[in-house]
Amino acid sequence: MAVVHSGSSNRLELPENVVVGRLDSLANWCRKNSLWPMPFATACCGIELMATGASKHDLARFGAEVFRFSPRQCDLMIVAGRVVMKMLPVLQRIWQQMHEPKWCISMGACASTGGVFDTYAVVQGIDRFIPVDMYVPGCPPRPEQLIQAIIDLQDKIQREGTITGREFDTAGRQLRKRALVEIANPLSIDASRNPMLQRELTAAADAIVGRHT
Amino acid sequence: MPFTPPSVDDVLAALTARVGSLETSVSRGQTRVVVPESLAFDALAWLKEQGFDLLVDVTCVDYLEYKAAKHRYGLVYLLASTATNQRLTIRVFIDDPDPTVKSVMPLWEAANWLEREVWDLFGIRFTGHPDLRRLVMPEEFTAHPLRKDYPLQGRGERHNFPVLTRDHS
Repeated sequence: MAVVHSGSSNRLELPENVVVGRLDSLANWCRKNSLWPMPFATACCGIELMATGASKHDLARFGAEVFRFSPRQCDLMIVAGRVVMKMLPVLQRIWQQMHEPKWCISMGACASTGGVFDTYAVVQGIDRFIPVDMYVPGCPPRPEQLIQAIIDLQDKIQREGTITGREFDTAGRQLRKRALVEIANPLSIDASRNPMLQRELTAAADAIVGRHT
Repeated sequence: MPFTPPSVDDVLAALTARVGSLETSVSRGQTRVVVPESLAFDALAWLKEQGFDLLVDVTCVDYLEYKAAKHRYGLVYLLASTATNQRLTIRVFIDDPDPTVKSVMPLWEAANWLEREVWDLFGIRFTGHPDLRRLVMPEEFTAHPLRKDYPLQGRGERHNFPVLTRDHS
């Protein structure tokens, strides 16, 4: 039963068992609390990954209930260990086989930057060839550090996620931003604090870019 | 206590009697014999008959930057006898250009991958090897990385891959 007060305010009074929120928030909550890892463990960090999944530092507490070894059934790829040039095409193929929405954690120094192995065979950081969301420093990182990374990734998903996965459309977003800059600059208007103006400008930018939001 | 293998002097005496004088040296319990490349296969075959039935490793040293070196590549054959517990190291020195040596696969099947690894990393050809191709580096790799004139960080092969962004998935 909704009661609308005329006059002073437009507050709706909702019964106690009704919650109003955004669909994106619900989807983010569901996704962040059920991240199933794809363990791409190549080296020593893989042992710490196994330790994180074991009973003492239990990763299942955070929703990572199963380490599925099929990329078709995962949404979080944890690259644990150094990746050599012979392995990189395999890594890219596994990444492409995962369904969206998907995220990547680069665990350890070797996956993030190549670590101590600045040699002819080791890729100096998988973020050169794969989009990475979270980096975990350490050689190897302790299980608590990996758990912190997963918690931070959960916060990132809750903050920035959308139900349709619009946040992964990076090329489109860049095009729209550039079109916005072209419109806003001649007018010298700062749209960052004016949501209505931002909506108008975004619609105009979309019209220029030719996309439907 | 560190493992000291039993003496191989009797084997060495018989080998010297068979193929002529050879340069030997002992260091920390390890006996090394330098065999010229032309006699290498026969010497190894004879040593196998004498009881050295285990080929432990085939590897190589590149003496390019070593000032006192007379040859560029020093092949190392590590042999062991499972019956008498003796160990022996055979050195075979070869040179550029076109370093080639006869494959010991007819004697020990284990030489298959050991010689493939030496070919992959040093570029030493083993004649008579049935399947001489790269073992540890990818097939498209063109250089021989453990040679001293190959830079440690490589020549850009490690980053020669397509970049996947969020839009490619």
